[in-house]
Amino acid sequence: MSMDRRQFLKIAGISSILGFGASVASATHTIWEPGLKPPQVEPNPDGLIAKRWAMVVDMSKFKTDEDIKKVTTACHQTHNVPDFRNPDGTVDKKFEIKWIWEEPFGRTFPGSENKFMSEHIKDMPFIVLCNHCDNPPCVRVCPTQATFKLPNGITMQDMHRCIGCRFCMAACPYGARSFNWTDPRKAINPATENKAYPTRTKGVVEKCTFCTERLQFGKIPACVEAAPKGAMFFGDIEDPNSEVRKIVTSQLTIRRKPELGTGPAVYYVIGGSDHA
Amino acid sequence: MLEKAFEGGKKYWAWLFFLGALSAVGVYYYIQQFQFGLGLTGMNRDVSWGLYIGQFTFLVGVAASAVMLVIPYYLHDFKKFGKIVILGEFLAISAVTMCILFIFVDMGQPMRIMNVILHPTPNSVMFWDSVVLSGYLAINALVGWVTLSADRKGVPPPKWIKFFIYLSIPWAVSIHTVTAFLYSGLPARHFWLSAVMAARFLASAFAAGPALLIILALIVRKISKFDPGKEAIQAIGKIVAYAMFANVFLLGLEFFTAFYSGIPGHAASFLYLYVGLEGHTELVPLMWTSTILAIVALLLLVFPAARKKEGLLAFACLSLFISLWIDKGFGLIIGGFVPNPFEEVHPYWPTMPEALITLGVWAIGFLVLSMLYKIAISVRERTAGIEIEH
Repeated sequence: MSMDRRQFLKIAGISSILGFGASVASATHTIWEPGLKPPQVEPNPDGLIAKRWAMVVDMSKFKTDEDIKKVTTACHQTHNVPDFRNPDGTVDKKFEIKWIWEEPFGRTFPGSENKFMSEHIKDMPFIVLCNHCDNPPCVRVCPTQATFKLPNGITMQDMHRCIGCRFCMAACPYGARSFNWTDPRKAINPATENKAYPTRTKGVVEKCTFCTERLQFGKIPACVEAAPKGAMFFGDIEDPNSEVRKIVTSQLTIRRKPELGTGPAVYYVIGGSDHA
Repeated sequence: MLEKAFEGGKKYWAWLFFLGALSAVGVYYYIQQFQFGLGLTGMNRDVSWGLYIGQFTFLVGVAASAVMLVIPYYLHDFKKFGKIVILGEFLAISAVTMCILFIFVDMGQPMRIMNVILHPTPNSVMFWDSVVLSGYLAINALVGWVTLSADRKGVPPPKWIKFFIYLSIPWAVSIHTVTAFLYSGLPARHFWLSAVMAARFLASAFAAGPALLIILALIVRKISKFDPGKEAIQAIGKIVAYAMFANVFLLGLEFFTAFYSGIPGHAASFLYLYVGLEGHTELVPLMWTSTILAIVALLLLVFPAARKKEGLLAFACLSLFISLWIDKGFGLIIGGFVPNPFEEVHPYWPTMPEALITLGVWAIGFLVLSMLYKIAISVRERTAGIEIEH
């Protein structure tokens, strides 16, 4: 007798109601064997590890708008970030979701602008993303621990636990979080969809993950990979020999809203000389 | 006692049917929202809470205000409140019911609501808010029911209920303090990051809640033989006046700090709400309506001659209630999100489905309120003239 999965589940369901569940399950195949380890508990030997991941961004190395677009597109395609558009092709602000994007200097560092500063800096676009704070307000307020800190400093979230209360969005000082106001799958281009990364459901909050899923396979974040040479660095800031540490130690870098005590892990080089 | 809610004349049933129809409209649009997602509302990436959370915040205040009757009656033995205190407790029950519904309709994944209990998180203020709100609902249901049952039998209520009555006093303060902490503990929102937030919440609650109660008491007297008492209503009028002055004073403190300090971030939301910011003046007419209504209400409440005329008192209370509903149920929430963390102005306005879902929740709240009041009225009409010590 042959049966498909649906039929099997039907019969198994009915039999378990009648009390035959155990015998059917054991007769068909072994579901679990003592001593068998699920593969995900084994750390990948190629995985990148750090005490504290951090990022350095030097906007002077981005020469064209195209350079920036490459970075944001790399991230958004890797993570299946939906691209909601109005009929005229502009971004649909109503449903917009973004993990990494550009803002002018004055918006990135509110209050730091002055009337006489160089037009060059004033007009310079800055790449913004989640700061993976040391002391993140989003994690503090989440009522279900759906957003949480990893030991390596990354602020992660569990899309399956999130109840969509959006308290984290009110709490984030960096506007880094986006909510799925409707099913995001309808705004993902099937041609560019990354089958290796999950899509999300409506009603949950999402943001940059510092490419946790790539680090596990020994790859640096997609944005850093797509950035022009010397524009973005990613590494262990606790390691004195890492590039990020060397830049932060040797040059003037600024972080967004450090006065709030959040401890952002994204550093911006202002001025732009050669590094490391 | 519950059967009393289902015994009524034609007018009572017509009223329930009307509220039921409004609730049905709300449920219909909620199903739409459930299927499409919260994108059916006017909320967006920048203004990520809107009308729903505003209503929730405002109604927590209405619920907490029952304490304004409980304190004088049970702590100061102010006998005049003996008959009206049940109306306050039942109002609290219906207000908390609405609060819970507003939180529910605001959730992106409502089917996961039990995650709050499965993964209790003491560092989240929202966790504590759910604890204190459900506790407050239970306390008021218990106290209201036990005292009213005793009244019906013509006996004093059991001694043990006193414990819960006294417990309800700090508990009422806690529900609104914790609700204020949802906002006042966020580092990024200048408009909310204020130590007087909880105090302001309590002051506006103790004005808006009792104002609604006066209106309800006047309606109850008009449509039934149960008279909550002229003096009781006048006494509540005084409470409303004091609380509203305290609220306006606290708001004034916010203005002083925002504008005298000259820190742009502190002033930005106030500017957006009252004069407009970067060409966006969407909420300005609404906020000035609220301001004018508040002034009218205060003028009528502060002069005894005006306050003692029940028609004017009702008008003052209605003005005050609408004023605070705009201020707290809308402006306070939207103002916190505008400007956004990039100091950009992205306006918000509720959509029609969002407004109808909101109306539906209010209708359910009033349905609960009407049935509870019907029970209270039925008992009071039977025991008219008999005063029982609580």
